[in-house]
Amino acid sequence: MRNLLIFITKYNAFFLFLIFEIASLIIYIQYNSFQRASVINSTNQVTGNFYDRADELKGYLSLREVNDKLARENAQLRNQLKASLYLDTVAKHQVDDTVYRQQYEYIDAKVINNSINKRNNYLTIDRGSTNGIEKGMGVMSADGVVGKIVFVGKHMSIVQSLLHKDSRFSAMLASSKEIGYLNWGEQLDPHTGLLVDVSNNARPKIGELVVTSDLSLFPAGIPLGKVKSLHAKGGGFFLNMEVNLSVDFSKLQYVYVVINKFAKEQAGLEAQERKDE
Amino acid sequence: MSRIILINLVRFISLVFLQVFLLKNISLYSLSTPYLYILFILLLPFETPNVLLFFLSFILGLTIDAFYDTPGLHAASCVVLALVRVLFISVTVQKDGFDNEPEPTLSIMGFRWFFTYALILTLAHHFFLFNLEVFRFDELEYTLTRFLFSSIFTVFLMLVSGLIFFRRKERK
Repeated sequence: MRNLLIFITKYNAFFLFLIFEIASLIIYIQYNSFQRASVINSTNQVTGNFYDRADELKGYLSLREVNDKLARENAQLRNQLKASLYLDTVAKHQVDDTVYRQQYEYIDAKVINNSINKRNNYLTIDRGSTNGIEKGMGVMSADGVVGKIVFVGKHMSIVQSLLHKDSRFSAMLASSKEIGYLNWGEQLDPHTGLLVDVSNNARPKIGELVVTSDLSLFPAGIPLGKVKSLHAKGGGFFLNMEVNLSVDFSKLQYVYVVINKFAKEQAGLEAQERKDE
Repeated sequence: MSRIILINLVRFISLVFLQVFLLKNISLYSLSTPYLYILFILLLPFETPNVLLFFLSFILGLTIDAFYDTPGLHAASCVVLALVRVLFISVTVQKDGFDNEPEPTLSIMGFRWFFTYALILTLAHHFFLFNLEVFRFDELEYTLTRFLFSSIFTVFLMLVSGLIFFRRKERK
């Protein structure tokens, strides 16, 4: 035993070598069979952290280059922006309704002035007679009816908003097709309108959709709002009800002008009818 | 004594960082990759006890492995390196010939001795490292070429670093 100990201490380097070599080979072979299961790899917190730092430093060194690249790209994108171009053609979107042989055209416009808190509110849009806009055309947004053109300039037009004392749009209840008129009412709330002159036969429900009728400037079915509450004003033969307007007038940005190609013909015929009476 | 520990600690950290962040990305024709970090084991003082020497080699290897994603590979090679170092020093150096804790540096031991020392130890380490890494004899020729060119590169870097930290005063 003693001889063995002496032997080991004399050649201690060799035995130490054996111990550490076997330990490292075990680690190595274990790693080979369990690929990344081992703790000692770069996903390890400490080494990962160091790599992160080194990466950050590298990123910082190339900041100037990246900045230049981004600035160039920005300029390029800015050039493509619609805002930096002058549009001299107006895209007209057409709807062909082959069954009724009626045609509506839409012109897109941007709201450049707006008010909601007066008794009579008007909007200004950036399209005028050069773009084919005429007095009396309807104006709508993606959410629903906005108003009616009342003055046309060369490049701009004034829209009489739905929030106006004299605004009156032919409307109907979406499910029962009962016709009435929508106006702003007297409460001056920009979110509420008044649907009047609906036949007593109608059985409106709270939350029912109110849309434009066939008799209006607009194609039938453009949303106006939803029934909020029923209140029989003055009783009589007709129902009145409050309507939550679907358009948020305070947030209007883009609207469409609706051109009814047969409006003139219709107006002419009706005028003749009146004359004949 | 504490000064030696401090110097070696700094050497350890700086060599690991140099290896991991700089030399790891250097590869000449994907044949020659330097492993300068073994310089730490080479420069440990002659008086280092064998236990400590093997332990430090093992730790150094594991540290490098952690960054190289090869657990055990560098550790095994470094332990082999430690054994070769013990053998080489016991053959070439008489222990009683020094007055105060000398280190096996280029400036103390002279160019001829240091060059042989570095060359033999590097060759042993790299030979073991490359063959263990490949772990088969299929591509022996390619492995041996890599081993040879990498060893030349490593020894070259060792001599350069020896010359950079050359201190003339200590030369006798």
